[in-house]
Amino acid sequence: MSVRNMPEYSETDDLGAHVIRVIAQSQRLPADSISLDSTYEELKIDSLDGINIVFALENEFGINIPDEGVQNMRSVRQTVEGVRTLLEQKNQTVVPPGAA
Amino acid sequence: MNRVAVTGLGLVCALGNNVADCWNRLAVGESRIAPLRDPGCPPYKFQKGAEAREFEPSAYFTDKDLLLFERFALLAAVAAREAVAQSGLTFEGDLADRCAIVTGSSVGGQFSEEDGYRRLYRENNPRVAPFTIPRTMSNAGASRISLEFGIHGPAYTVSTACSSSNHALGQAFGMVRSGQVIAAITGGSEAVFAEGLLRAWEAMRVVAPDVCRPFSVDRRGLSLGEGAGILILENWEHAVARGALILGEIIGFGMSSDAHHITQPCIEGPAKAMAWALRDANIKPSQIDYINAHGTGTQANDVTECQAIRKVFSENADKLLVSSTKSMHGHTLGAAGAIEAIATLLALRHSVVPPTANLTAADPACDLDVVPNEARHAPIETALSNTFAFGGLNACLVMKRA
Repeated sequence: MSVRNMPEYSETDDLGAHVIRVIAQSQRLPADSISLDSTYEELKIDSLDGINIVFALENEFGINIPDEGVQNMRSVRQTVEGVRTLLEQKNQTVVPPGAA
Repeated sequence: MNRVAVTGLGLVCALGNNVADCWNRLAVGESRIAPLRDPGCPPYKFQKGAEAREFEPSAYFTDKDLLLFERFALLAAVAAREAVAQSGLTFEGDLADRCAIVTGSSVGGQFSEEDGYRRLYRENNPRVAPFTIPRTMSNAGASRISLEFGIHGPAYTVSTACSSSNHALGQAFGMVRSGQVIAAITGGSEAVFAEGLLRAWEAMRVVAPDVCRPFSVDRRGLSLGEGAGILILENWEHAVARGALILGEIIGFGMSSDAHHITQPCIEGPAKAMAWALRDANIKPSQIDYINAHGTGTQANDVTECQAIRKVFSENADKLLVSSTKSMHGHTLGAAGAIEAIATLLALRHSVVPPTANLTAADPACDLDVVPNEARHAPIETALSNTFAFGGLNACLVMKRA
């Protein structure tokens, strides 16, 4: 399943690195200071910063993150999983089975 | 009623990033209205403005601050830092709750607003930057000051176009005088060099094609400027008790509205505001030595302002020194009242009246001593600072040498 202009991710996870890059860039933090297991609390990222990260992720991946989804993202890993789910949903929407 | 001392000043504008640099230029009549930096868009009908070129926000703020606050709010914060430092006040205990913050801003965060519209309407991108709301709100300067200094007292922002920060000063003055608060951080800021706003001013046809020449017979309009002015007002006894340096005194404030026209000035409204200010200060017209005029450099303002001054001061008008420092720092809209109050206070303190720069030839319709082009040494004791806003909203502040 492929989508125009959208990167594909293996199970062993380039997506994690990509999300970390986006977070690092939006917060002006070094990427190597962020790991999949980092929580936003540990990174001293508050809810307002979170809004900025969500904005950056939406732009980067062409997805819409619903408000309730934002509340469930307390760690980088949860964020990556949320983005993965949304990308999968999006791929299904953009390229319905049998349409490619 | 308490006396109200001024114990701190902070200034950032085209004249410099601090009070000393700005005053050194005001005191020699150096205009800093200069060619606009390349706007990257079709040229405006006006080529010059008073940009605060030396103000580089990243020299004062973290990256995170820069994400959250716009230029106008950062200008206010830097001016507040200078003013608070000079006052020596620390906001602990009672003073944290009994210090007010009242700022003025006419347009608030214009850049983020324009960025948002650019995305929406030019790029058809419905995703507007997430901090657009906190960046654009006109109270961002007041809020930033309260956050920086941990002040929990009354804090708000007044928006009355070109009178914004004079109205703010008047509000703060009233609060300190009545005893509602012990001190106030007050003034205003504006960052005007955003394309949409400049186009709107261009369309109003009141901006001079070269530089503003207040009271000059060949004046062709105002010059826009950006900046911030912040004053620390303090209960006189409180200031004396802690041995603070008192830089001057605020003794009166007057306001009026023209109820005449949304943009055309009239004589009555400004005259009433000046008269109320003198009455509030409990002084006679003969006691005013200097007026820092609204003096925008438009045809209409300067002549009506001179007539209003004649109406209030009658035979004393010929003894007055009247100058427009907008000829040097530009018209900073919502910051004008505060920047000009500081210029007035420093004039009192140094016995030097900053001139009206850029004057080429006197206008017989503006037949006052407008201190053309050269600063004047004069033992001035009491002065008035005028602002008259579009919308017909007038505010006049009376200050006295300490």
